[in-house]
Amino acid sequence: MAPQLWRRPCPARGTELPLWGRGRRLNYPQSRGVRGPPPRPGAPHAAMATALGGHGGGEGGSRRGEVGTIIRSLGCCPSEAELHDLLAEVEEEEPTGYIHLEKFLPMMTKVLMEKRYRPIPEDVLLHAFEVLDQNKNGYLTKQELIKCMTEEGEPFTQEEMEEMLSAAIDPETNKIRYKDYISMMVVDEN
Amino acid sequence: MDGQDLSTKEGLKQQHLVCSALHVTAFKAAVLIQRWYRRYVARLEMRRRCTWRIFQSIEYSCEQDQIKLHNFFSYLMDHFTPRSSGERDFISRMFTEEENYKESELEKFCDYDSVEVPDFYTGPHLSFPLLPDHAAALLEAFKQKQQLHAHYVLKLLHETRKHLKQLPNINHVSTCYSEELTVFLKSYVFNGDFVDRGKNSIEILIILFAFLLVYPKEVHLNRGNHEDHMVNLRYGFTKEVMQKYKGHGKKILKMIQNVFCWLPLATLIDHKVLILHGGVSDTTDLDLLENIERHKFVSVLRGKKKKKPRLIDWRDINGDSINSSLTSLSSSSAMAPSMTDRMEFSKWVRKTVQEQLEKCRKLLEIESDSEDDDITCATSVAMSKTESELSESWQTIQEEWKQVRYVLWSDPMPQEGCIVNTVRGGGCYFGPDVTEKLLQKYNLQFLIRSHECKPEGYEFCHSRKVLTIFSASNYYEIGSNRGAYVKLGPDLVPHFVQYQASKIAHTLSMRQRQIVWLEGCTSHIKSRLDSFHQRYGLITLSNWATAVESVLHLGLPWRMLRPQLVHNTTNGMMEYKSWLDDLAIEKRSQEHIQSSMLEIIYRNRSNLETIFRIIDSDHSGLISFEEFQQTWKLFSSHMNLELTDEGIYDLARTIDFNKDGNIDFNEFLEAFRLIERSHSEDKTDPKPTPKSSKR
Repeated sequence: MAPQLWRRPCPARGTELPLWGRGRRLNYPQSRGVRGPPPRPGAPHAAMATALGGHGGGEGGSRRGEVGTIIRSLGCCPSEAELHDLLAEVEEEEPTGYIHLEKFLPMMTKVLMEKRYRPIPEDVLLHAFEVLDQNKNGYLTKQELIKCMTEEGEPFTQEEMEEMLSAAIDPETNKIRYKDYISMMVVDEN
Repeated sequence: MDGQDLSTKEGLKQQHLVCSALHVTAFKAAVLIQRWYRRYVARLEMRRRCTWRIFQSIEYSCEQDQIKLHNFFSYLMDHFTPRSSGERDFISRMFTEEENYKESELEKFCDYDSVEVPDFYTGPHLSFPLLPDHAAALLEAFKQKQQLHAHYVLKLLHETRKHLKQLPNINHVSTCYSEELTVFLKSYVFNGDFVDRGKNSIEILIILFAFLLVYPKEVHLNRGNHEDHMVNLRYGFTKEVMQKYKGHGKKILKMIQNVFCWLPLATLIDHKVLILHGGVSDTTDLDLLENIERHKFVSVLRGKKKKKPRLIDWRDINGDSINSSLTSLSSSSAMAPSMTDRMEFSKWVRKTVQEQLEKCRKLLEIESDSEDDDITCATSVAMSKTESELSESWQTIQEEWKQVRYVLWSDPMPQEGCIVNTVRGGGCYFGPDVTEKLLQKYNLQFLIRSHECKPEGYEFCHSRKVLTIFSASNYYEIGSNRGAYVKLGPDLVPHFVQYQASKIAHTLSMRQRQIVWLEGCTSHIKSRLDSFHQRYGLITLSNWATAVESVLHLGLPWRMLRPQLVHNTTNGMMEYKSWLDDLAIEKRSQEHIQSSMLEIIYRNRSNLETIFRIIDSDHSGLISFEEFQQTWKLFSSHMNLELTDEGIYDLARTIDFNKDGNIDFNEFLEAFRLIERSHSEDKTDPKPTPKSSKR
């Protein structure tokens, strides 16, 4: 059976593209049909990977950053830089844009066993928001959030920013009450 | 001054340090938040993919049910011997070959003149030939939720049929208009599957046909697999028409059948781009397709599985004179049954064909090799062909039928080759090599097809040689997918326009869309699992996941989805029995009906419904007691279900609410739908409500 492949994006020179991006709307998406080879039993991350790859993993190319999605769905919470490093471990010598399942699985198993990139506890997250809230208002203005998220750290794409805003912003006050936002998101996780 | 300078410098430096420290913290904080958010989005994406797969499998499982039905019919054809005339009639109604009415007969049967438009009718009026204004007015009227009267529907269908008859099997369209200056500077190709979804299939069809008649050079329609009355019986178009048009519905449906079979099979643009509904196979022969008589294939689903060659379309060959010739046939064979019962006739033929062929051969030896269609001797023309010729024409029919089926039902796959499409029940899966071969053989650039829903509304595969276009947005649920259409200019470079109907979809954030989706999905899963009875007690979640996968075969990460489906878990174990109880259907109030029978019926209700509709040939919604019992007995024996005669009788009696010996099966099935609906309403998961109201 042909090895399972996922596309790993090769960032264009000169631009810093987040590895996980929702930029698929710009490209012509190409993907395999849902009916791929049957999933391997056993390891949950194998099943997950195949479920995801079975839909989007393509011959000829797939949506960008799918491997990032897989890793994150399995419970890990790496930053973009950490993701970069992870992928560098499993990529081919000559980056083809694809990752082999045979290489991915052992790496992923190790990451899960070592409990690397644990998800962020709620209080740490809250503290992070508070740091950004310089005036200690208990909320962030739209401009403040946009500035922080698109200029600091590992910047969001415009799409990511819009998506976050649509859920986070309180339409009446046009502010982000981050404490409420976090509570809502955390509950929704389950 | 120095001191002051120093202090200010120090101060500044301090400030600077603090600033940069703060900056570092801000940076870290941002990274943290972004990290967290991206993970959240990834999980949503994962759920979306899983949900998609579930919906798609549900959709295809309906088509799988169609296979079961198909197998059921084949089984009947091969094994069932009617013991009484009643049974014979019953079966014959299931298998009556769709008759291709001659034009005059059709007009007589589905005549619109006898359907009068009452004075109080306030809907749109049509006059023929149709003008652009009429079509626009029609569109407007439908937007106002008006209904077109049966009289106009029938007239429209007649005109459409007349128009479609002139069209070739493969329509040729050019992107360049040299001489003709048309109002539309664009052509439109509609690639099949116009009906069977949503509540307005007939209106969509009417609009398409109206515009087809008004702009015959600009509007092109391809036939899809849902332009087939066997499929319509299952998927809801038949129901819709009967509900909206009641008494006239039957005529309309008959007419529509005869319009569908005249729809062209494909469209070819500039001899370079082939547009068809399903796909191709490794045997697809465009030349053959161009030359077949496409109207013969009223339904491509009803198999013609026979061991001996059957005299197909003998009416076409001989007209009605067959009657006289056959009755004068050998009197030594069993008495020929009445000609009106075609099933019986074919059975009789099957039994005696050997005998007759012998006679024919003898006769032929005397009369040399005349292939006249005129009946010169006692034997019919069809009979006068030698056995090899019979089987040859039989083979040709089979081959043509297969070709049409491939065009309407196939799907592309990433692997090379061409295999049977078991999921759909028709057509094949074709690989990139099949595509490549076909494109090269006919010097084409690429293929456009539909038939499969795609999240973005369109999708390339086979190295961009095959394009799937799907124009219905929110097909599975609100927010499930976008719709798209493709524009081609003379350069034949595709440009896509995507959209998503429904204002709600636009304003919902990703998260909210997911919630809507997931709710729709879990109720589906639960209803799928209701036929699942295995172990009870406590089991590990791991075992649960394995068991569920063994039932549903969806290839999903069940452990990830578990939180949505199972709520009471302790220490990684779940209480299986109570979970199953939650899924089980409610028992009916009348206690004397065996609940197990109900469950069986419930599980098979969609097949049962289809069979009912076939039997109910006058579309009255009523079938007699005996018919119900017979259906049920046949079905249960085929499906290896255990039901006593008594049990069936009891059930039938209970359903016959007004005790007149007739069962209104719509009511019967409606009862199950109600159970299903209330069940999913009661058992929705308690969704977490956000603390503050978000848009």
